[in-house]
Amino acid sequence: MKVGLFIPCYIDQFYPQVGIATLQLLEKLGCVVEFPLLQTCCGQPMANSGFAKLSKGCDTNFVNNFSNYEYIVAPSGSCVLHVKEHLQSEDNPELAKHIRASVYELTEFLTDVLKITTLDASFPYKVGMHNSCHGQRGLHLSSMSETVAPAFSKPGQLLQMVKGLQLSYPQRVDECCGFGGTFCVFEEAVSVKMGKDRIKEHTANEVDYITGGDISCLMHLEGILKRQGSNTKTIHLAEILNSKL
Amino acid sequence: MKDHASLAEQFIKDEARTDWHDETLWFVRQKRDKAAYGLPEWEQLRTWASEIKDHTLSALDNYLVEFETNAIANGIKVHWAVDAAAHNKIVYDIMKAQGVKKLVKSKSMLTEECHLNEYLQQQGIEVVDTDLGERIVQFRKEPPSHIVLPAIHLKKQEVSDTFHEHLQTEKGNNDPQYLTHAARLHLREKFIESSVAITGVNFAVAETGGFVVCTNEGNADMGAHAAKVHIACMGFEKIIPKAAHLSVFLRLLARSATGQPITTYSSHFNKPRHGQELHVVIVDNGRSRQLGREDFRNSLKCIRCAACFNTCPVYRRSGGYSYHTAVAGPIGAILNPNLDVQAYSDLPFASTLCGSCTNVCPVKIDIHQQLWKWRQVVTEEAKVPISKKMGMRFMAWILDCNVNYKAAGKIGRWVMRNLPFLVKNKLNPWYKQREMPDAPKESFKEWYIKNKKA
Amino acid sequence: MSGRAAILNTIKNNKPAATALPFIDVSAAIQYIDLLQQYKTVLESIGGSWQELNNEIELEAAIQSITGTSTAVVNTMLSLPKDLAGVDAVALEPTAIAIMKGLVAVAENAAIWVTEEQMVNRLLPFICQQLVLVINEHDIVPTMHHAYKKINVAATGFGVFIAGPSKTADIEQSLVIGAHGPIGLKVIIVKNKYV
Ligand code: SF4
Repeated sequence: MKVGLFIPCYIDQFYPQVGIATLQLLEKLGCVVEFPLLQTCCGQPMANSGFAKLSKGCDTNFVNNFSNYEYIVAPSGSCVLHVKEHLQSEDNPELAKHIRASVYELTEFLTDVLKITTLDASFPYKVGMHNSCHGQRGLHLSSMSETVAPAFSKPGQLLQMVKGLQLSYPQRVDECCGFGGTFCVFEEAVSVKMGKDRIKEHTANEVDYITGGDISCLMHLEGILKRQGSNTKTIHLAEILNSKL
Repeated sequence: MKDHASLAEQFIKDEARTDWHDETLWFVRQKRDKAAYGLPEWEQLRTWASEIKDHTLSALDNYLVEFETNAIANGIKVHWAVDAAAHNKIVYDIMKAQGVKKLVKSKSMLTEECHLNEYLQQQGIEVVDTDLGERIVQFRKEPPSHIVLPAIHLKKQEVSDTFHEHLQTEKGNNDPQYLTHAARLHLREKFIESSVAITGVNFAVAETGGFVVCTNEGNADMGAHAAKVHIACMGFEKIIPKAAHLSVFLRLLARSATGQPITTYSSHFNKPRHGQELHVVIVDNGRSRQLGREDFRNSLKCIRCAACFNTCPVYRRSGGYSYHTAVAGPIGAILNPNLDVQAYSDLPFASTLCGSCTNVCPVKIDIHQQLWKWRQVVTEEAKVPISKKMGMRFMAWILDCNVNYKAAGKIGRWVMRNLPFLVKNKLNPWYKQREMPDAPKESFKEWYIKNKKA
Repeated sequence: MSGRAAILNTIKNNKPAATALPFIDVSAAIQYIDLLQQYKTVLESIGGSWQELNNEIELEAAIQSITGTSTAVVNTMLSLPKDLAGVDAVALEPTAIAIMKGLVAVAENAAIWVTEEQMVNRLLPFICQQLVLVINEHDIVPTMHHAYKKINVAATGFGVFIAGPSKTADIEQSLVIGAHGPIGLKVIIVKNKYV
C-alpha cells in the first residue's frame, strides 16, 4: 500500500523523531511510504486566526504535493482535520475533494484501514492519554464525554497492544488542554491555566508520560511541565507504537 | 478597550478562585451528563429539537403571525419591537398607562440584552429582580455573569455581606439556607405589593397563542399571578409550532441546564386571568439580520440552557464578565458579533475550538464552527484595528503574515518560520509560562533526505 | 413601516428554504418497568414526598388529618367559597397548606399537570407554604411526550407542570428547598380511581 506521508510543519522543525517513528511504523506494517519533499504548512494557523482566505497558497501547494496518493497519513489530528474540512482548490476542485477524503490521522489509519490487531511494540511505563480535541471531537477517534453513545477509543485500542504499558486517563477524560493554535499566545493566560489543570490530573495518576496524537497539544503541555521542573514527560503516540523498549 | 484576553488574565490572577469557579461549573456539567445518560434517546431528542427549530426558522414569519392571531383571540395584547429601544419604550408606556412606579421582574435574558433595568430606572421606575441570583447581583450593582446561574461568580460570604447590607441579615452568617430564606421573606413582600410583573418567555406556541415560562424558584408565577399587569418579553426565536413540541424541549432544557429532569415549574400562560392585563412583547433586535446570515442563522435555535457555558473550558476559567456583554459564553461569542462586530470582534477568538459546546448543545447549534466562521468575518469587517482588541502581538503577526504573503507568495514556508509559539523570543507570550521546544539537530526533511531518499 | 411589518418583512426575506418538521416517534422514548416506582423515586430525588392510599375513604381521612394541623388550609377539591378566584395576594399569603387535584403525573420527572380549573386561584399553588397534590395512580404516564398527548394545554387560561417544591441553588450551587414558592410538596397517590 502506497502512502503519502504528511508531516506537519512543527513536527518537521521541532519533533522530527515523531515523523521518523511514523514513517518506520508504517513501513513495518508493510506500507510503501513517500514523503513529498515540497510540502509545507497546511495553513491551519492562519485559517483558525480568521485568515482562511490567505491560506490559498498552502492549499495549492498541498494539492500539488499529495494528489498522487490513495492514502495520505499524518501523525496529527489537528492538521488532518483542517485538510478534511477546509482544503479547497479553485483549479481542481475534484482533486481537492479526493484529497479531503483520502487524508487520515495515523491512529485511524492503523485501526480502520490497516485494521491491525497486534503490534510488536513495548513501552514499560505509566502513560496518561491526552485526547486532543481535533482528533476526538473533529475526527471521532474516540467517543466523547458529552454525547450519549457507546464508548470507544482508537488510540486506546492501539495502546492496549503495547507490551508493558500502563494506561490511565485524567479525571476529566477529554477536556481541552488549551493549546488551541494561535489561542496559545493570544489568550496566553487561559491557555496556560488549562494546560496546568490537565497536567495536575495526569500527575495525580503518577504517570511517567503524557501521550496523544497531536504534537501541538503535547508541545504546550511539555512547555509547562519543563517550566514547572516536572519529571513527567510528553511523547507522541507514534513514538510509543514504534517503540521496543 | 476591553477585550476577552486581558479580562481573562485579570480573572486568572486569583488562581484559587479560578479553580473554584471552574470546579463549580464543571460540577454542573457533570450533573448534565448524568441526566443526559439517563435517557437512551438523548441524541434522538437533540435531533428532534434541532429539526423543529430548523423548520420553525424556515417558516418563522408564518408562525409569528399564527401566534399573534391566537394570542389576540386569547385576550393577550401583542406588541412588536424592532430593537432594544422600542422594546424598552413599549414596557415603559404600559407602566405609564398604569401610573405605577415599580415592578417585579423574573429572569429574562432578553431584558438584559435590551438593558431594560437601566432604562426604566432612568425613568424613575424601581425594578426588583426576583430570581435569587439576579437579586443578589442587582443589590451589588453587577450584571449577571451567567444566563442560568446569574451569581455563580460569587462566594457565599460575599452574598452574606451583600444581604447583611441590604436585608440586615446576621453578619457572617453564610448559610445558603438562611440567606435564601431571608430573600424569600424580602421578595414575598415585593410580589404582593407589585401591580406589574415582567417575565421572560421560554417557548411561545404558535398553535395556541400561549407561552411557557420555566423556573425553579416560582418567582415568575409569584410575580405574574399577583400582578394586575403581566408583561412577557420574548425574542422572536422563542416561537415553536405546536404544544406537543414542548415535550421535546422541556425534556432537554433543564437536563442540559442543571441536570434536573425538569424545572420545578413549567407554567403555560394562555389567557389573562379575570381582570388582568397580559402583554407579550415580540422583539427583533438584530435577530432578523442574523436570520439572513446563512452561516450564523442557526444560532437563533438557542434555548438559553447555558450547557455550552458550563462545558466551556475557557468560560469556566475566565468568568462571565470577561465576555463584556449580557450573553457570555460560547453562544454569546457567536451572537454578539452580529449585534456589533466592532465591539465584540475579540469574542470569536475566546475559544480553542475544542467543540465541546457543540456536543452539549441540546438544539445542535454548530457553535465552534460558527466561531471559526466569525473569525473570518471579523478579520474582514472589523474597522477598529483588531490590534486594539487582540493585543499588539496578534496584529503584528497577522500584518507580517499579510506582508510576507504578498511579498513572497509563499505563505506556508513563512508560517513555518514564524509560528507564534515557535519564535524564540523572550517577549513571546508563549515563553511567559512555558519553555520552548528544544531545537533538534536536523529537521525531519533533512533526516529523510539523508536516510531515505533513494 | 410599523415595527411589526418591518420585522415580518425582514424575516420573510431572510429566512432559509423550507424544511420539514420531524415525526416524534414516542416509542423511541425510555420505557419504565414500574411507572409508580419510577415516579416515587424521582419525586424523592427532587425534594418531594409521597403517600400512597388505596381509595377515596382513605383519602378523605388523610385530607382530614392534614386540615387538622392548621387553620390556614385551602382545599380546592371541596366546594369552595365562590370568590377564591378573586382573592388577592395579600389575603392568600398566609395560606399554610393548599390541596388540589393533579390531572397527569409524569414518571420521568415527577411533574404533575395542574390547570386553573383545579387551582381555582392561579396564585394558590405558588403562594402556599405547603402544597399537596392528589393524583390517581393510573394518571401516571412515562414521559412528557405521553403527558402532552393526554392534556390540552389550551383548555384553560393557565396550566402548569409542578415538579417538587420550589428550590434554588443560586448561592454557590447549594441546593435550598423553598425559594419563593412552597417549601414542601406532598403527592398523594390514590390507587383506585378517584374523581
Ligand atoms: S447554544 Fe445550545 S448549549 Fe448554548 S445556551 Fe443555547 S441551547 Fe444551550
